[in-house]
Amino acid sequence: MRNQSALRSKLVSSPYILWAILFIIAPMIFVVYYSFTTASGDFTLDNIKFLSKYLPTFLRSIWFGIVATLICLLIAFPTSYIISQKSDKMQRTLILLVMLPMWMSFLIRTYSWMAILQDTGLINSFLIKIGIDPVHMINTGGAVILGMVYNFLPYMIMPIYSVMAKLDFSMIEACQDLGGNKINVIRRCIIPLSMPGIVSGITMVFVPSVSTFYISQKLGGGSFDLIGDVIERQFQQSYNYNLGASLSLVLMILILVCMAVMNRFSGDEGEMVI
Amino acid sequence: MKTLSRIYTVLVFAFLYAPIIVLIVFSFNLSSSTIVFDGFSLQWYKALIKDGNTLRALYNTIILAVSSSIIATILGTSAAVGIEKYKKSAFRSTIIGVTNVPMMNPEIVTGISMMLLFVFIGRALRIESVLGFGTLLIAHVTFNLPYVILTVLPKLRQTDKNLSEAALDLGCTPLASFFKVVLPSIMPAIITGLIMAFTLSLDDFIISYFTSGPGFQTLPIAIFSMTKKRIKPDMYALSALIFVSILVLLILYNSIQIKSEKKPDKE
Repeated sequence: MRNQSALRSKLVSSPYILWAILFIIAPMIFVVYYSFTTASGDFTLDNIKFLSKYLPTFLRSIWFGIVATLICLLIAFPTSYIISQKSDKMQRTLILLVMLPMWMSFLIRTYSWMAILQDTGLINSFLIKIGIDPVHMINTGGAVILGMVYNFLPYMIMPIYSVMAKLDFSMIEACQDLGGNKINVIRRCIIPLSMPGIVSGITMVFVPSVSTFYISQKLGGGSFDLIGDVIERQFQQSYNYNLGASLSLVLMILILVCMAVMNRFSGDEGEMVI
Repeated sequence: MKTLSRIYTVLVFAFLYAPIIVLIVFSFNLSSSTIVFDGFSLQWYKALIKDGNTLRALYNTIILAVSSSIIATILGTSAAVGIEKYKKSAFRSTIIGVTNVPMMNPEIVTGISMMLLFVFIGRALRIESVLGFGTLLIAHVTFNLPYVILTVLPKLRQTDKNLSEAALDLGCTPLASFFKVVLPSIMPAIITGLIMAFTLSLDDFIISYFTSGPGFQTLPIAIFSMTKKRIKPDMYALSALIFVSILVLLILYNSIQIKSEKKPDKE
């Protein structure tokens, strides 16, 4: 009787399992299938051979992704720590304020940066007013990275904060009592304890940064193509699905490798903390 | 040290809110410039209300978010109940692994992989334009599912097994014991999952971009096609309105939460 009902409960998950096979696993198989075929469906390795042409784009995407992730980490770590030191009510309000921008279309927010960064934009007209030469900011690599940092910073603050908020502060006091100076307390106590948050923050910023396509088009002005831009064009402009699929396959493998390397460095503490 | 940390916090929040303040200010601009403020006017808000396309897209977005989050919540909750029964087995870890795929994959890869599937099926069935509301709904349910499952599953683990067994001993059928005992105890997680799914669906651009057709546009897609040209401040007006409504909702939600947390102390 009990066994029967357990079996029945297991069956409850079968609609989902069917869904996952149809819409999670099957699409992945199609990515692989399209990567190794021509438009007419014949087997080919040309798509993969063609990829070497995009090596510089891949390298730029990874480089921009790493820089944006590091800047996010540098900004988010102190921010999360400061927030976690406030009163409960203040913490709640500040975290709400961190999350609030994420609820607005990232397209509009990125577009709004264009108005700020343009040669005749807000920053430059302010600089001219106070008598400083305008600085060219839009359509540079820096602007693209700024866009990434801006859009994904909350994804770094949230997981680090949620770990820090639960930190046992008697540990930090113990560290201070044992003679640790400020730098040592941070380096040997706070950073290791908040490692799970840091790791999931890095994942949550790095993956969307490497694969973005809108930010680079708007803030990079077309001269800083990232891998996401190339993939998007294959599907929405030149309709070369096969090349697009092989680019995506490589992007997917690349990110998996990056994650595996990072998890190795962080010593298997990389559990998802949201 | 204290003033230093205060200045730092202010700077970080100034950075987060700079573009939002800019767009709210320019939504009241007299001219269509998004750089020079020429004077106060409400004309962009009026233009927005008159613009049928934008309202249509907003309506589409809400319909899609409501339907996809409800389907994902029902499917995801039943999945979690079943997965929980599998205990520690290879099968269980495979299901969890597959569930994680849409979360770990870059959104653009999820988007194009589903597009490839739909286009292939469309060609096989000789359907002219396969991409539309149906494909968008499938895509949104798919990327919502892991968030529902992974919020409900830990809550299920916390529920007391003895309670549902007690219900069975007292003569409940397994189904009745689920609805009377298990479901109420995991309700908070189900609602959290539902809200998460709803907001994710509301805000999604990348996956929708690849799985939608010209017949059914959501708001993010409409915004995207507008930002290809020179954007007009009516989009700023729309974003300002969305921002204010979300702010109000969050403040309300927060004050309800604070009240419900205070209650147990009084009793």
